[in-house]
Amino acid sequence: MKISSHPLIKIFNSFFLVELLSGMLLTLKYMISKKKVTLAYPYEKGSLSSRFRGEHALRRYSNGEERCIACKLCEAVCPAQAITIEAEERDDGSRRTTRYDIDMTKCIYCGLCEESCPVDAIVEGPNFEFSTETREELYFDKQKLLSNGDRWEVEIAARLEREALGG
Amino acid sequence: MPKIVIDDKEIEVPEDMTVLQAAEEAGIEIPVFCYHPKLSIAGNCRMCLVEVNNSPKPVASCAMPVCEGMVVHTNTPMVEKARKGVLEFLLINHPLDCPICDQGGECDLQDITMAYGGDISRFDLNKRAVPDKEFGPLIETAMNRCIQCTRCVRFSSEIAGIPEIGATGRGENMEISTYIQRTITSELSGNMIDICPVGALTSKPYNFKGRSWELSHTPSVDVFDAVGCAIRIDTRGREVMRILPRQNDEVNETWISDKSRFAYDGLKYQRLDRPYVRGEDGYLHPVTWEEAFSRIADKLQQVRGNHVAAIVGDMVDAEAIVALKDLMTSLGSPHLDCRQDSPCLGEGPRCSYLFNTTIAGIEDADFCLLIAANPRWEAPLINARIRKNYLANALRVTSIGPSHPLGYPVKELGNDPLILDQIVKGKHRICSSLRAAKRPMMILGQGALRRKDGGVILKRAQQIADTYGFVQRTWNGFNVLQTAASRVAGFDLGFLPGRKGYGVKEILKRAGKKNIEVVYLLGADEIDMKPLDKAFVIYQGHHGDRGASVADVVLPGCAYTEKDGLYVNTEGRVQKGLKATPPPGEAKEDWKILKALSDKLGLALPYRTPAEIRARLVEVNPLFDEVDCLQPARWEPFGEDGKLDPEPFEFAIQNFYMTDSISRHSITMAKCVQQILSQEKEND
Repeated sequence: MKISSHPLIKIFNSFFLVELLSGMLLTLKYMISKKKVTLAYPYEKGSLSSRFRGEHALRRYSNGEERCIACKLCEAVCPAQAITIEAEERDDGSRRTTRYDIDMTKCIYCGLCEESCPVDAIVEGPNFEFSTETREELYFDKQKLLSNGDRWEVEIAARLEREALGG
Repeated sequence: MPKIVIDDKEIEVPEDMTVLQAAEEAGIEIPVFCYHPKLSIAGNCRMCLVEVNNSPKPVASCAMPVCEGMVVHTNTPMVEKARKGVLEFLLINHPLDCPICDQGGECDLQDITMAYGGDISRFDLNKRAVPDKEFGPLIETAMNRCIQCTRCVRFSSEIAGIPEIGATGRGENMEISTYIQRTITSELSGNMIDICPVGALTSKPYNFKGRSWELSHTPSVDVFDAVGCAIRIDTRGREVMRILPRQNDEVNETWISDKSRFAYDGLKYQRLDRPYVRGEDGYLHPVTWEEAFSRIADKLQQVRGNHVAAIVGDMVDAEAIVALKDLMTSLGSPHLDCRQDSPCLGEGPRCSYLFNTTIAGIEDADFCLLIAANPRWEAPLINARIRKNYLANALRVTSIGPSHPLGYPVKELGNDPLILDQIVKGKHRICSSLRAAKRPMMILGQGALRRKDGGVILKRAQQIADTYGFVQRTWNGFNVLQTAASRVAGFDLGFLPGRKGYGVKEILKRAGKKNIEVVYLLGADEIDMKPLDKAFVIYQGHHGDRGASVADVVLPGCAYTEKDGLYVNTEGRVQKGLKATPPPGEAKEDWKILKALSDKLGLALPYRTPAEIRARLVEVNPLFDEVDCLQPARWEPFGEDGKLDPEPFEFAIQNFYMTDSISRHSITMAKCVQQILSQEKEND
């Protein structure tokens, strides 16, 4: 709003509280109208982009086999060096991790790990509600990441489907 | 020398060069798969195509010799198109499994495709599938990945000399395989992993364990034999992940033996990580350094200085040897020895215990006489050099000693030491060949010298050398093949019995009786431990092996990957090994332990820093001043007179894969013994 610079108008506005009243009027307008602008979190939640980068998860194939093949590309690409992987040959001769740790206190949620993964194993899911009371709880190990994957698989799969090329 | 023009750069190169080598000289990169500087030229990958003026088609530069006035282009549209085409063909059948391939990150095909390849494949059909082959306990195969460059085939037939790998079928059906599915028996087989440009041959012990980009590299020196190969120790954190060769054309070219490459897993097991003292119950109990030193000090106070003896093992660095020698000297003991297997060697002049011809010098020889030497097991890289000379100049090799296949034709004269007498007298049929040879060399194995008549054999060898012109003004063909990495350093530092001192045999004979009450073993595990039962034994080393089992006090030292140290190889070349990982637990560097012990005994050795102990080494022997440098030894008389024993020779090494405390604890080496040696026995 352009405020007039004439000294008389300035005095009038100050004496009759014009700016205050115009503000109150706006408040009153929203009070009466039905349009809602806040959420009753945690009972209500906002919509998330399917590209939202939340808590990490390790996914499995539909037959239950873990996807991760220990190629270590996520470990190499991670700019915060939050990922630690150790690998070995499993008894059946396949290449698997024996250790997959993410230090969530180091993680900057850039999503490069998900981007670099050739088998869509490590993903950043829609979950952003994983705050903890201690730092130690934020050192995720393979077990935790796989259970995240199991818990969020339906939503993660739907998101990937939506974001897939030509999807 | 022809002048050629490559990419507008004019250079002059020797006429036996190829276009590829000339380009390398000019600093122009040409991508290759099948070409390898140490192997013969195959010209079958077609990756190195270049354009040559007046040639209608692109030319394979690896197989094209240079000629005067040649004009070569390596960056024209024709060359680019050719490279793209070749890569597209190679990738038709190459699986897209880079994420699970151990070669990923250090793969020639990956790198070259990124640099020169196209972006998509037009191939729509099924890729070919090739069954994996069994190459033994060291090499993992994934034959789908093979691009048929035949480097491994050429390596086994040319360098290793044991043609065990070949290609069957043609075109798309070509497969690389061992003959009738046998394990590879060569001691150099691990090098095939290095030269494989893709992930078809990878290391089995390292399988899926790490990635090339997460390893730190430390240049060092190998200690499993006396060749002193240049190695690179790759570590992640505190762990040695793998060992690779470094190029050193004077010693090992670009190869190392399987023991040097794969025995590193022995560094993880049965390590001494804290001091131990044997209690009254007869068991070793963990103690602090202070307690261990007090126990030694208490004992040494009750014993006269000349009742103490010291034996140095086979993998000890020069620093520890000189520190132990100084400690023993200040205790007043002359009983020092670094010869666990007691060869009649070391007391003579330097030329009597060195490989005087030098390893690179082998290539100039035209006659080679082996005396009780099995270079294939005692020094695989020296054997590879002999074979190289055999391929290049048809070197004639003659052997006196047991028969063992070496990978090149050997004329066997029989296993009779008396042949030496006949040769000295000129009465043997080989003498005419010896006389005809211009640059003859002989290799004297430890098997000949550790006999009772070792000194006599040494004398006979010198007589042969003098009679038949083995030693000339610029040529010394007399060679002793050492098998222990620390032996030459021990000789050079004079770690030998002093005046009225005893050698290893005498020390063992007298141990626990009157004369020898305390025995200090510095990494010595290869002696007979039985006689040491009654003596007070101090063992300092890195493995809980034979020595630690009889010890009264155990002091944990460092293995070769855990300390900086100087080693002298069989040629007399001083080389430096570097620390790659910290030692386990409370273990300390060996010379520092000896220094601390000397302080406790009140005999403080006069050096505190690595620089000071290096200075002490130079003081004892100026040779240690220059690293990586060879000084020829003067030819002087040695050996002793006497009669030869007609008893046949035996080789110094009976089991290549297990010769020391590290390889004895290596699981990989145990598998090699099981599979490879048993198969060799079957073949015999």
